[in-house]
Amino acid sequence: MSLELMDVVWVSLWLFTLLNVVAVAALSLVWLERKLLGRMQGRVGPTRVGPFGLLQPIADGIKLLMKEDIAPGSSSRVLFFVAPLLVFVPSYMVWITIPFGRDLFVRNLDLGLFFFVALSVLGIVGLVLAGWSSNSKYAILGGFRSAAQLVSYEIPIIMTILVVAMLAGSLSFHDVVLAQDVVPYAAVQPLAFGVFLLAGLAEVGRTPFDIYHAESEVVGGPFVEYSGAHWAIFFLAEYINTFMVGALGALLFLGGWRWPVGDVPAAAGVALFLFKTYAIVAVIFWVRATYPRMRIDQLMSFGWKVLIPLSFAAFVVTAFQMFYGWPIWMLTLLSLVILVPPIYIQLRWQRTPAMALAKHYAEIAVAVHAQPRPVPVAAVTEAHAAPGTEDDA
Amino acid sequence: MTTERQHDTIDMMLNMGPQHPATHGVFRMVLTLDGERVLDVTPHIGYLHRGSEKLCEGESYGQVVTLFDRIDYIANLNNELAFCRAAERLMSIEVPERAMYIRVILAELNRVASHALFIGTYAIDLGAMTPVMYGFRERERIQNLFEAVTGARMMHNFIRIGGVKEDVPDDFGPRVRQLIGQVREGIEEMDRLLTFNEVYLARTRGVGVIDAATAISVGLTGPSLRGSGVAYDVRKDDPYEIYPYLSYKVPIGENGDCWDRYYVRLQECYESLSMISQCLDQMEAGPTMVQMRRIARPPKGEVYVHSENPRGDIGVYLVSDGTDKPYRLKIRPPSFCNLVGLAPMTRGSYIADAVAILGSLDIVLGEVDR
Repeated sequence: MSLELMDVVWVSLWLFTLLNVVAVAALSLVWLERKLLGRMQGRVGPTRVGPFGLLQPIADGIKLLMKEDIAPGSSSRVLFFVAPLLVFVPSYMVWITIPFGRDLFVRNLDLGLFFFVALSVLGIVGLVLAGWSSNSKYAILGGFRSAAQLVSYEIPIIMTILVVAMLAGSLSFHDVVLAQDVVPYAAVQPLAFGVFLLAGLAEVGRTPFDIYHAESEVVGGPFVEYSGAHWAIFFLAEYINTFMVGALGALLFLGGWRWPVGDVPAAAGVALFLFKTYAIVAVIFWVRATYPRMRIDQLMSFGWKVLIPLSFAAFVVTAFQMFYGWPIWMLTLLSLVILVPPIYIQLRWQRTPAMALAKHYAEIAVAVHAQPRPVPVAAVTEAHAAPGTEDDA
Repeated sequence: MTTERQHDTIDMMLNMGPQHPATHGVFRMVLTLDGERVLDVTPHIGYLHRGSEKLCEGESYGQVVTLFDRIDYIANLNNELAFCRAAERLMSIEVPERAMYIRVILAELNRVASHALFIGTYAIDLGAMTPVMYGFRERERIQNLFEAVTGARMMHNFIRIGGVKEDVPDDFGPRVRQLIGQVREGIEEMDRLLTFNEVYLARTRGVGVIDAATAISVGLTGPSLRGSGVAYDVRKDDPYEIYPYLSYKVPIGENGDCWDRYYVRLQECYESLSMISQCLDQMEAGPTMVQMRRIARPPKGEVYVHSENPRGDIGVYLVSDGTDKPYRLKIRPPSFCNLVGLAPMTRGSYIADAVAILGSLDIVLGEVDR
């Protein structure tokens, strides 16, 4: 295969366009998050820079780029400055194979899903490296946390992607979307969709799994020593990853640019795809506004004892359905049935006892009864002298 | 939880604070870590030491009130009340009833404001970022009322020896009633969002457990003690002002974990709101200040008076040598005493728990360091 000059030019052009698209998407996410969180918290969010504060992320970006780039004196400088790139490059490269619309992609790889899995794992190296090279205790704690968390949550993600690949019979994003013409896989395999969303939250370190950069514990984790442009790159990569989870959810489980309207003009398809993506991202922000953060041991046991078995169950159920040729609604039913026990256990062992305890506390609260108030002598005589002159405060 | 070493590794010393988002000011914990597990914790205090007790000796009795505003800067009015009660006991002053009602209403409102802030900041310690906005919103409403009554949002200097500075504004009654309704709604909102949240339960249930005996022996007071199941409340056990004429419940926990301490505070908010509305019902017109000399010179002697602050039992020990300034003033700050419970609660837990436990003690560094 010979590489023509024009090929190189075209690919470079595409990559440059993609970089801009992804960066703009990430900035839009920053704005959306601040606006949504603000509304949920009784605030208005950014309003000053541009209409509805739309230019706020750009202003923030300019501010970050103009800041001094500080590296701790005791850090390992080369690794310290390489680490942000190691996080950013994979998170950007993944987009090469993501189809925004029917014909809108850089490369439609036959192994697109595999390509995604292979690249997305690479980002962890950057995080661990950032933690290690900073030579700071908070950073290294965060680095270790990120290694443990991201590696364990990679497994359920891969398993759910496998489920989709089995159902579609292909590892290409394009074919996966085409296979969801009638029923999206979120309806076929709700279990896999749920596991995917939860593991996706952990994969990009969003609440309640934002443990490796927990502000109130490790003060930013691997990023604690970074400033200026390098910190901005981490930040950008984080939002690109969040957008990635939304896009993956839209493509793998919600039918990308096709379902439910079928073949539509390219622009409408892109709009549909973006709508689904932003919807999933909005759910992620909603979760952030609602939930506290889990603890590292709870996170690990949730990953290994709940999510991974559930993802395997989804895998096995799908395999059975395909092998025996059961009707597709059986799969939906089965995956819903599998979802019941964990939800029941959660309610039974967490919420119900706490509510019973609260009721118990209401009973054992010590009641103090009011003593009769002695009537002041002056008030008595006054009342006799001129009834009805007491005034109510 | 065990503190046994799990692997043959070197301990890591982590210096958490004095500049750390979760230490509520300039508090410093030196954690000895085995991985994520906390083997030991050494609290270091004193970064906010202003020598308040010594400063009090240089001010006349009336001026000391302003210093008390600045000791626990989340519950200013409760602090003013604590000092004024000590000075009044020393001078044998009978406070007019209306003044006592005003004091109790303001003190209970300040308790609610303090607890609302606690719920918010505690949630942000645990990583939930929404309740803090709600908590500050409720505190803001209460502070607006304080501003209308006292003229200041935080440093009121309103409760004076012998009464209160002046009578409340005319629309005080209806305004407070409206405020109670709003604040109750706001607190219920936080309650719904947080109390039975699965992740919140997982983070707080069974974390930082301290049994009643240990809690008493390390000197916990206030909600932190009541969370362990000891129904000790100065308002109930050593009633002062007009508390005997009010009906209320003293909420207690049983397990002594972070969730219990949180839940006690949450219930106290509701109780305080009901106490305020009882006060409004009972309040009558009358004088709000006793006639007394402009420069108070109490007789020689000493008193120790304690009262219930949002954070616990605040005690004021006052020695007079017959001049217009205190000879010695010693404060028993509840935050400082509650902080003693940190080490026994934290040993053997995780880093994230250390943050949760410190938050559940609800310390105010201004009071810890004085």
